[in-house]
Amino acid sequence: MEIFLQQIINGVTLGSIYGLIAIGYTMVYGIIGMVNFAHGDVFMLSAFIALLLLLLLTQMLGLAAAPAFVAAMVASMALTALWNYAIERVAYRRLRSSFRLAPLISAIGMSTFLANFVTVTQGPNNKSIPPMWDDVIKITSGGAYDVTLSYKQILIVAVTGALLAAFWFVVQKTALGRAQRACEQDAKMAALLGVDVNRTVALTFVIGAALAAVAGSLYLLQYGVVKSSDGFVPGVKAFTAAVLGGIGSLPGAVLGGLLIGLIETLWGQYFSSDYKDVAAFSVLAITLIFMPSGLMGRPDVEKV
Amino acid sequence: MTRGDHIFRAAREAAWATLVVAGLGFPIIAYRAEPDFNNALMLQARWPLFFEFCLAAFVLRFALALWSGGAAKAVARERIWRKPGWLGPVALAVLVVYPIAIVGALGPQAALKWVDTYGVQILIYVLLGWGLNITVGLAGLLDLGYAAFYAVGAYAYALIAPATGLGFWALLPVCGLLAAFWGFCIGFPVLRLRGDYLAIVTLAFAEIVRIVLINWDVVTHGEAGLFGFPGLNFFGLPFIPGPRGFAAHVGLPFAGVHKPIFLYYLVLVLALAANFVSLRLRRLPLGRAWEALREDEIACRALGLDTANIKLTAFALGAFFAGVAGCLFALRQGFVSPSAFTFSESALILAIVVLGGGGSQLGVAVAAVFLVGASELLRELTFLKSVFGEDFDPAQYRMLLVGLAMVGMMNFRPRGLVSTREPTIRLGPEPAK
Amino acid sequence: MSARWIDDPILRVDALTMRFGGLVAVNEVSFAAGRGDITALIGPNGAGKTTLFNCLTGFYQPTSGRIAFSPERLDAEKIERLTRSARKSDGDTFLLERMADHEIVRKARLARTFQNIRLFQGMSALENLMIAQGRSLSRAAGFSVLGLLGAPSWRRAERAAVDRAAGWLERIGLTGRADDPAGELPYGDQRRLEIARAMCTNPALLCLDEPAAGLNATESRDLADLLRAIRDEGETSILLIEHDMSVVMRISDHVVVLDYGQKIADGSPVEVRENSAVIAAYLGVEETDEPAAEAALAESAKTGSDAT
Ligand SMILES: Nc1ncnc2c1ncn2[C@@H]1O[C@H](COP(=O)(O)OP(=O)(O)OP(=O)(O)O)[C@@H](O)[C@H]1O
Ligand SMILES: [Mg+2]
Repeated sequence: MEIFLQQIINGVTLGSIYGLIAIGYTMVYGIIGMVNFAHGDVFMLSAFIALLLLLLLTQMLGLAAAPAFVAAMVASMALTALWNYAIERVAYRRLRSSFRLAPLISAIGMSTFLANFVTVTQGPNNKSIPPMWDDVIKITSGGAYDVTLSYKQILIVAVTGALLAAFWFVVQKTALGRAQRACEQDAKMAALLGVDVNRTVALTFVIGAALAAVAGSLYLLQYGVVKSSDGFVPGVKAFTAAVLGGIGSLPGAVLGGLLIGLIETLWGQYFSSDYKDVAAFSVLAITLIFMPSGLMGRPDVEKV
Repeated sequence: MTRGDHIFRAAREAAWATLVVAGLGFPIIAYRAEPDFNNALMLQARWPLFFEFCLAAFVLRFALALWSGGAAKAVARERIWRKPGWLGPVALAVLVVYPIAIVGALGPQAALKWVDTYGVQILIYVLLGWGLNITVGLAGLLDLGYAAFYAVGAYAYALIAPATGLGFWALLPVCGLLAAFWGFCIGFPVLRLRGDYLAIVTLAFAEIVRIVLINWDVVTHGEAGLFGFPGLNFFGLPFIPGPRGFAAHVGLPFAGVHKPIFLYYLVLVLALAANFVSLRLRRLPLGRAWEALREDEIACRALGLDTANIKLTAFALGAFFAGVAGCLFALRQGFVSPSAFTFSESALILAIVVLGGGGSQLGVAVAAVFLVGASELLRELTFLKSVFGEDFDPAQYRMLLVGLAMVGMMNFRPRGLVSTREPTIRLGPEPAK
Repeated sequence: MSARWIDDPILRVDALTMRFGGLVAVNEVSFAAGRGDITALIGPNGAGKTTLFNCLTGFYQPTSGRIAFSPERLDAEKIERLTRSARKSDGDTFLLERMADHEIVRKARLARTFQNIRLFQGMSALENLMIAQGRSLSRAAGFSVLGLLGAPSWRRAERAAVDRAAGWLERIGLTGRADDPAGELPYGDQRRLEIARAMCTNPALLCLDEPAAGLNATESRDLADLLRAIRDEGETSILLIEHDMSVVMRISDHVVVLDYGQKIADGSPVEVRENSAVIAAYLGVEETDEPAAEAALAESAKTGSDAT
């Protein structure tokens, strides 16, 4: 029982991170109908940027860990947003009217580039930071096993919740959200009605990257280690989350993220940790095959 | 617009580009985190490198702005390049003579690497490229899990050969058919999916296959992989020193290069057969249906084509070639392990097809030679290590460049050589060369 | 005058409904199309014409209703029997709503074109027509085995298919551009090529979605001649969606009018032309403006019949 509770806590933490990445997938898919394959690598890149900035602030400027982390996270959001802006500009913008697989192939190219770019510039090995902010709350004690909830975990879940709420507001209430929904429906029509499609898409990428950077920083905080090949598997899992939640749906992305996080941790605990990735990948395949519009997505009839 | 204006604008563009590159490069290029003796990460500053990048961005953007604002504004007409008729036979002749010429020139010892690493390895990639070309280039189904079929072929040989004592002649088609069967099984549920979902599901399946290979220790021996299975023989004669070996039998001094040479010709023949089948199929209803499927699936359905069957055959035939290639891989390496069949391998083969200009046999072959050969060549250049440091691995640079090339290809020639595609059948005469 | 769509229908649609979420795109529509007729389906934008086509050809699964079809003879009793069974077809009578799109083309022999042309753009005009004959050809190619070996029977079959395609190219005036990519042909040629491609599947009923859209006056006239010629050969009936009233009035034997998903009129061109509901709906004017609308419709019909 204690173990189960602990795994639920861990699963929700992990799931929050997946959810934040998944929002980036789901928004881009919603607006230009493209699987942004490189998004996982953008997440990994953001974790590296946060790591370097954290070291810079603590070692060179002598800041304390907590303010340094916050500053590194915010700066990483900005820099990762710039990266994704540049990526959209260089790799995807011209392809929106190209043949249907072109954007995906380009994104695979971009993903390959990013992963190897980080490998080349930072080396292929694990980079680990000393653990920080390790205080925990004991939820149960005295049993065979202490169930703990760390402040980090609370922070991660709280940040995810706050960002989701902020996001929901943006999409429902602001001009940007309206422009996004217009482009989602019909980009050509939106352009005719005076929506700046390029700007809207670019902003979507920027926002997605900023959220990925939050996820990347929190990932670094929670697990304390990152390496250049860490973009691929979390990326696919976050995409799974987006699909499971119903691609195009923001709350769906977070819900999917939580489910994937839980499935993964529970599977790893009770069945086999060797095969925990198989669980996530199977969920992906099964969802796409049997339930392509996900839990909260709209079904679509292909218009002929 | 005056010349001065022009230069000013170019400079402004270039300044912007520099700023962006500076933002992208900080801190990822400017610093590197490396563990020190206590295993704590320390930063190493690399500001010169950072400024070199910025400078390069400025110069390149400036040149590009000047150039594209100037005379080159006129839309460059895409030049249609036709393959000259002599190219095929000459290329074939070069391929046939290659191992013998190398041995003649360098002697059997030094030639080993040239025949094995450059010859056999590249030809296996050519075969893989041609196989995936059927699925991706012709039928337009993006398969991101091709390495899984490759793995099926390799493991099939490594497992079946010692268990049954069958030779590779018998096992080559078995490996191919097993992989095709897997292609069929994986293809079946995903056929209804839209193109990009299909791609992601193939990726998921391939990862599952790989994870199973890693963890199913009893059968696959996990990460360590399988080795010690029977290798190549020349119609019953093993390539070993001593009186029972191939060399003694034909009266040659024993040399390590004999086996790769035999394997080279074996792969060459199989690759040519694959090429023949692909080219012939393109002129048959099945091949035309593949291409039609790539062009417009809805129109296919409106013409009564059973798109599910067409997709399945494309999937299965592509997988068949991968299975055969996997078998050859096992024969060449003498061991198989899961690390050879990662997503990166699938991405490399996909890049060969994409850069070869999806659909073109020659393009795919050239891309394979270039991508695989060039990185092996880089590995040879030891002085690079002194420039880039001891842990310099050209494979990383290769994939970095491959990624950029894929992006570039999609942006500038998205349909590759397909835009100059030759019809598979003509009513009128061939156009003048 | 006895109407063929009553005496000898090739297609009978009963209470067909297609819903998209809350939107009822086709609402309880029933009509029949006569064998050997050109039947026109008209209606304002968004009336549900294309949706109806998509139901007929299996691209959409209708929400409810029945679509009976027979290239030979449509027998009411047989349809009833088939409806009660769970089968898709009985001899040469088919219930299309139970069949998949490719089966409809292959077995029931319906062929269609699309409102926004769907040619295989990168492939040559000739290849487009060869793909349409792929079914029979692939049998001749022995499911690729004989074809790979280059067997003589396959070569003969291929030559016959090329001849047939060449015949169609000749008919639509595209012999000279047979080897050019379809996507590079002028718009009007693409429209005709798409019709030729549909004809190469050897259909009993040819369904055309706005074939005259975007054509100039001469091209429309040529198209009308082509369609009439196809009908007069007697092998193929035609079901046609068209906005160009001059084409509709000139060539159709029977007109069915849809508005907001409902059938509002059904009859000969003359009857429909004088139907006040049609005039009001089709021209999108209020009842009060009826005389003006009537005048406009009569005008367009006149130019149509004058041109004949
Ligand atoms: N796949 C679909 N999903 C949702 N709504 C659809 C779909 N297909 C058609 N519709 C809706 O059904 C209605 C009828 O559309 P349809 O295309 O059949 O009209 P139409 O009569 O062909 O019009 P037009 O003359 O403009 O071609 C429209 O409101 C359209 O938006
Ligand atoms: Mg329509």
